[in-house]
Amino acid sequence: MMEHLPALIIAIPLLGAFAAPLFKRHHKAVSIWAILITGITLIVSLLLTREVLVKGILVYVFGAKSPTLVLPSGYKVPIRIMFEVDALGAFMAISATLMSFVGALYSYSHVAHESGLEKYYSLLLLLEVGILGMVLTGDLFNLFVFMEIAGISGAALVGFRSYRGEASEAGIKYLIISAVASLMVLFSVALLYGEYGNLNLAYIAKNIKFGVVDLIAFGLLFTSFAMKCGAVPMHYWVPDAYTEIPAGGNPPLLVATYANLYALFRVSFTLFTNIVINISRAGWIMVILGVLTMFIGVTMALVQKDVKRLMSYHAISQTGYMLLGVGVGLTVLHDPSKLMEFGRDAIAGGLFHVINHIIYKSLLLMTAGALFYVTGTRNLDNMGGLARKMPITTISFMIGAAAISGLPPFNGFASKLIIYETSYMLNPILTVFAMVTSILTLASFVKVFASAFLGPPLKKYENVKEVPKPMLIAMIILAALCVIFGLFPKIILDKLIYPAADALINYLQYHSWGGLA
Amino acid sequence: MTTVIIRTMTRILTPAILVFGSYIILHGHLTPGGGFQGGAVFASGLALLIIAFSRKRVKEMFEKVPLSVFESIGALGFLGIGLMGIVMYTFLRNFIANSGAPFGMPTPEGINPGFLNTGGTLPYLNIFVGLKVLAGLTSIVLILFLILRREENE
Repeated sequence: MMEHLPALIIAIPLLGAFAAPLFKRHHKAVSIWAILITGITLIVSLLLTREVLVKGILVYVFGAKSPTLVLPSGYKVPIRIMFEVDALGAFMAISATLMSFVGALYSYSHVAHESGLEKYYSLLLLLEVGILGMVLTGDLFNLFVFMEIAGISGAALVGFRSYRGEASEAGIKYLIISAVASLMVLFSVALLYGEYGNLNLAYIAKNIKFGVVDLIAFGLLFTSFAMKCGAVPMHYWVPDAYTEIPAGGNPPLLVATYANLYALFRVSFTLFTNIVINISRAGWIMVILGVLTMFIGVTMALVQKDVKRLMSYHAISQTGYMLLGVGVGLTVLHDPSKLMEFGRDAIAGGLFHVINHIIYKSLLLMTAGALFYVTGTRNLDNMGGLARKMPITTISFMIGAAAISGLPPFNGFASKLIIYETSYMLNPILTVFAMVTSILTLASFVKVFASAFLGPPLKKYENVKEVPKPMLIAMIILAALCVIFGLFPKIILDKLIYPAADALINYLQYHSWGGLA
Repeated sequence: MTTVIIRTMTRILTPAILVFGSYIILHGHLTPGGGFQGGAVFASGLALLIIAFSRKRVKEMFEKVPLSVFESIGALGFLGIGLMGIVMYTFLRNFIANSGAPFGMPTPEGINPGFLNTGGTLPYLNIFVGLKVLAGLTSIVLILFLILRREENE
């Protein structure tokens, strides 16, 4: 049964998504169904990660006689669709399933009064399927298909509160961005298919010759994935989408954004890595994009008054840290001494920041959702004095704010410190930008804390109570993870992050399907 | 409202279109086409019904049809056949290929006088995809139609 885990992790949420519309008008039942399915998927992903960490790369060939039959006798090229799960994919799968579970738990109360819940949960589970497919697949065309699934279900979730005009606008914006990005991906997949006659990632990567056509394909893939992960020139969809989606959908949508970041890393490291000269240039592009993204994101966040919008701009700025960390690693990928000195750590720092950011930003957006739930507004000017009424939400917010600003002992500090240290080795100016960004982040979260939670209690919120239990449990889980990841970063780094970073560096292993051919 | 000519032609054409759609679905593993194409043809027949008649008649016709349930059944059936493959081989393995199951003998190789049962699980996958596509496309047309006609009436 263990060898079938990569198929089951897709099949189970898919089953949940297709069965959800059958629960029409049973709102409680469909919520519990979604929590159950996402919980089972979380367990499957943990099992899958254990398998991958013990046995190395896990290959699953769909429709073959046995799951690991990549090249049937007589074939020189792989012909079937396959999943190729390495430590990086497993790491992303854990993030996706954990966040979908937390999101479903939070949604139990948060959207309880909306209509059409069976569609909401169906979309939530489909979004999870899309993310999981993107991060586990070993096939380029399959990557495109799952990217479309994630994009369309994400857009529909963003526009879920369709009675609000802004929600529809944000949904259409996200839909257009996804459509443009995935069409560019499709075009470059077609270019690569025309040149090599195969769609398998590892096969193309092994045979890539790097002519002009490959350069065009690389540029298109790089641009479209950077666009969908919210890097700076194409960041404008992020605030709208994150603001308008119901807060329970925020965690999966956040992971969907980083699934595109994963695809960006996968393409730059695994697919186009055989080029010795140009890949460091691509690394520098990633680094500069990262610095721009973090700085512009945070300066735009400073002036926001809408609490969720402010946090969304911070999400853009934090994506910059990940691009910076992994970009530093990419610049020195073909320089073994520098790679050992700081490149590997830089990649690990960037990847560690992915999961840390997913955790604390989900936590923050959920506390913003809690504020919206009790006050009915997202405008910071209309809030105040809520700390006494909502103690648990307040503490969760403080933990999240401290984590995003990089204060010890929370998880943001652990990954930001690695990024500071390693980017300093490449160029000190990068570190200066990173630290200034961090300080500005702290400044704007102090503003949120002061205006929403502190101050005299307002008359209109006299009867406000703490939010319902499922929302609290979801927030407490994430707050606890923030603290645990911050107190014991070494365990997480050794067990999850360094194997994932090594999976990016040891691309030759990926090219040979984990030693199968 | 549409004219008598359109309504009469719809009465004559719709059964033929529905039969043709079913044929494309059921012969998907032998001839060009398959679940998606057949489902789209089938849905276009139903779309013809929807646009030719008044809002009241359409509501009467489609009120009792559980389109979203059909959609779920189509998707779940597809997934179920995929999962059946896991038991012995892998996900979506064509586990009854070349065995003739569940009807009679395996088909001999080479030119044949037109055996139908040669696709293993493919015809069943096509049927489920066809069901999902026809239900999905029809409900899209239906929703657009109902919204549009409501605005006209008001």
